[in-house]
Amino acid sequence: MTPTQGDRDAVLGRIREALRVPAPLKHPAERSAGGEPTTAHFREWLPPVGPSLDARFELFSRLSETLKSELIVCADMDEAAAQLIKIATEASWKTLGLHHGELTSALASRLPADLGRIFVDDGYDKNALEASDAGLTECELLVAQTGSVCVTGPSSGGRVLSVLPPHHVVIARRSQIVTDLSEAYASLAAKYRDNYPSMISFITGPSRTGDIERILVLGAHGPKRLTILLLP
Amino acid sequence: MNSFTSPPKDIFQNDADRTTDDGPRRAAVRNALHNYKAARTRTGATYTDWKAARSAASTIKHEAVNHLDKYLEEFERKFTARGGKVFWASNSQQAREYIVNLAKARNVRAIVKSKAMTGEEIHLNDALIAEGFGVVESDLGEFIQQLKGEAPYHFVFPCMHLRRDEISDLFHKELGTAKTNSPEELTMIARRVLRRTYVEADMGISGGNFIVADTGMISITENEGNARLTVGVPKIHVALIGIEKVVPRLGDLALLLPMLATAGTGQHLTGYNSMYGGPRQPGENDGPEEFHVVLLDNHRTRLLADPEQRDALHCIRCGACLNVCPIFKNIGGHTYGTTYQGPIGSVITPHFRGLQDWKHLSGASSLCGACTETCPVGIDIHHHLLHNRRNAAAEKPAPGEGLLWKAFTFLMRRPALYRLATRFAPLGSMLHPLIERSALDPMIAWTNTRDFPEAATKSFRQQFNAHQAAKASKNGGAK
Amino acid sequence: MRVSLFIPCFIDSLYPNVGMSMVRILERLGHTVDVPEGQTCCGQPPFNSGYWDEARSVAQNQLRAFKDAEVIVSGSGSCGSMLKVFYPELFHGREQEAEAKALSAKTWEFSEFLVNKLGVTDLGARFEGRATFHDGCHGLRELGTKQAPRELLKHVKGLELVEMGEAETCCGFGGTFAVKFPQISTAMAEVKCNSICETKADYVISNDSSCLMQIGGYLNRNVGTVKCLHLAEVLVQQ
Repeated sequence: MTPTQGDRDAVLGRIREALRVPAPLKHPAERSAGGEPTTAHFREWLPPVGPSLDARFELFSRLSETLKSELIVCADMDEAAAQLIKIATEASWKTLGLHHGELTSALASRLPADLGRIFVDDGYDKNALEASDAGLTECELLVAQTGSVCVTGPSSGGRVLSVLPPHHVVIARRSQIVTDLSEAYASLAAKYRDNYPSMISFITGPSRTGDIERILVLGAHGPKRLTILLLP
Repeated sequence: MNSFTSPPKDIFQNDADRTTDDGPRRAAVRNALHNYKAARTRTGATYTDWKAARSAASTIKHEAVNHLDKYLEEFERKFTARGGKVFWASNSQQAREYIVNLAKARNVRAIVKSKAMTGEEIHLNDALIAEGFGVVESDLGEFIQQLKGEAPYHFVFPCMHLRRDEISDLFHKELGTAKTNSPEELTMIARRVLRRTYVEADMGISGGNFIVADTGMISITENEGNARLTVGVPKIHVALIGIEKVVPRLGDLALLLPMLATAGTGQHLTGYNSMYGGPRQPGENDGPEEFHVVLLDNHRTRLLADPEQRDALHCIRCGACLNVCPIFKNIGGHTYGTTYQGPIGSVITPHFRGLQDWKHLSGASSLCGACTETCPVGIDIHHHLLHNRRNAAAEKPAPGEGLLWKAFTFLMRRPALYRLATRFAPLGSMLHPLIERSALDPMIAWTNTRDFPEAATKSFRQQFNAHQAAKASKNGGAK
Repeated sequence: MRVSLFIPCFIDSLYPNVGMSMVRILERLGHTVDVPEGQTCCGQPPFNSGYWDEARSVAQNQLRAFKDAEVIVSGSGSCGSMLKVFYPELFHGREQEAEAKALSAKTWEFSEFLVNKLGVTDLGARFEGRATFHDGCHGLRELGTKQAPRELLKHVKGLELVEMGEAETCCGFGGTFAVKFPQISTAMAEVKCNSICETKADYVISNDSSCLMQIGGYLNRNVGTVKCLHLAEVLVQQ
């Protein structure tokens, strides 16, 4: 199968023919010196975020509460482990899905031996992962303006780990909190250049739906709980 | 009414008769959308400058749509370089055939779908089911509608018209589950059923909210996580997406994603916004082995060729215009009888499905302008309804109506004649009661449900003339 | 100032009191009022139905009739927006484009004229009663009229103004829409009138008589106790 098929020439031909007549721009944006509305301009119009890391943390914290993400500030890895063990005990976890990483591996080494682990790095049994109690991942960054966790395959164990198990636990550092989506995309561009991971996902709270009478229910398909363990 | 022989316009009027009569249903829809409005107002108020944001969003989409060929080619280049496959579909048949043939060629048995209005548009599920493939809708609202055998009621909130007890009865009947009054329990029922579907499906079919040209990605917005699973677990991913969904740069999403969320549901950001740039890459541990993007034209180029209405293609399918439309609230989503409901649907459907057959959707509006006011990308929605009406009349004037307006014009170009005609208004008022609400009543469409005012015995012109005369005589004729 | 009034056909025949109230208010403020005899209809009915050639033909009559007007005030938001917003579109790229733009530039909706042109908000009016205000859609969204009527009503002694939940929701008139899609139009009137009744107001006031025709028509048939008044009819009372 060739990479491109179908009525390519016909479709492009119709497009080019249609575009011979210009259409007016009805709502011109404020333009930067470069001629296009820049993403820096977006910052001027979207909900404001304070300049300092403290302000970003404060907003992220406030939004997490509204979104029902559990943000737990931890002094160090030992405290993070203690918090995670508490959650695991309360919920009677038997199996934890996770990937190898600086933070996840350090955290995992502090967990009780009798908690089963599924490491997804070299492939995994999707049925086993579906039956696990939680997925532990790192993340690319946290976004203050929206209260989001940004995951990618490389940072978070692939596409499925952060969404299939019913509880998603993220271990992150406070310094990973960026201002807004503009900064997030700029950061990803700088890191990956032309070789992006095949998935980037901004997770904003646990899975939710309002499809039934517009009443909010968490855990529609993705995780019902999202916990963020935040190291300094 | 036989839907095979009746024109869409007649079906529309009949369905509207029925749905506007359903007080409880209309009230339920109104309540649901009242909550939306509160959330939207609250979140919108946090923006430093919504209007400027809207202008920027409009400009980005204008740039994308007015250079559509360039950006689609860029997307194709970047996407195929990473192992993705692109199929260009001129029409719904080509799109359907490609997907069906792919499923056959790969020995697919079970298919899981996340929300794709394009899928509804091309009747994809019917085509797949006819070929023996099992297709399950994973979005909760779509899942419910699929069980019910109904089309989505609203393209963002597919089952907003249903009460919880109706959903409970439906699950009980189709899934054998115990009846329940709890939305949480009902959601968990669907969750349990669908967990197996994700793991067992060979193919996941999604739509797409944006085609990102500079990085070769498809962006998908959702709250439930079902699209993440649809696109992450099965070994083949097919995304069916309209050609107009292009944005030039990945960074543009930093503006469009929050605006889509705010306008669509009143959220700061929707639950999951995910960008997919190719199938599983070397070194990645999971993800589909194949990723096919089907680019759908299906008359979008016809709308593109209309520079006056081209901005209708800027639509990001947020659904806000439906949420504020009094027509939508009173007739409901199914009455439109077509995939894209509400104000934007009433603009584009005549272009997609035929002006003469579907112009009634553009006609069924009081032109209140709430849609245009709320649109996050500044589409001139209600004015396009007028443009469609003009184009329809120019193409084929309705014989009776054409004559009516010619007579109207004749009268209104002759002030003296017009003034004479208005002198007869009181006479008309006197005689009207004799035929009011009867078959002879020309005003019956009005008088069936509303009183019509009586003409005043003295018109304004008469009173004003008397007023001027009185002033003049008081002043002794001096001015 | 010499103020020329645009008096739509339905005000002329059905609601002359609205027009006369406008005349009296403007004269009390010391202005001269004229009502050019050559005017007929703004052309919105054929325009909304898509018959733009006919609409243009009718509009030409209005361009002629108001050629020498200094300032034009419309008692109806929908006719006002036809003159102000749609005439330039109707004559775009045609011989009379400049004339249409000139007419548009000197056209005002009544409450906007009082508040934003004349700078008057207190007319010394008195009206005892509990009322709610309906925002006509054309005035609201085509002309941006929202605060001006409320500013004026705020100064009416004895008037208790309460806002209804659905103030900005369309009443369902929409011109020929009201008879081409009567079931939808009536459903919209029902929603509007329920919202009015919820306020327990005795009066509903609006700046658009065509809306009041729709609302009044439904109220009279179904409710019977709430009266409709145009803004001018309230402001004229002393």
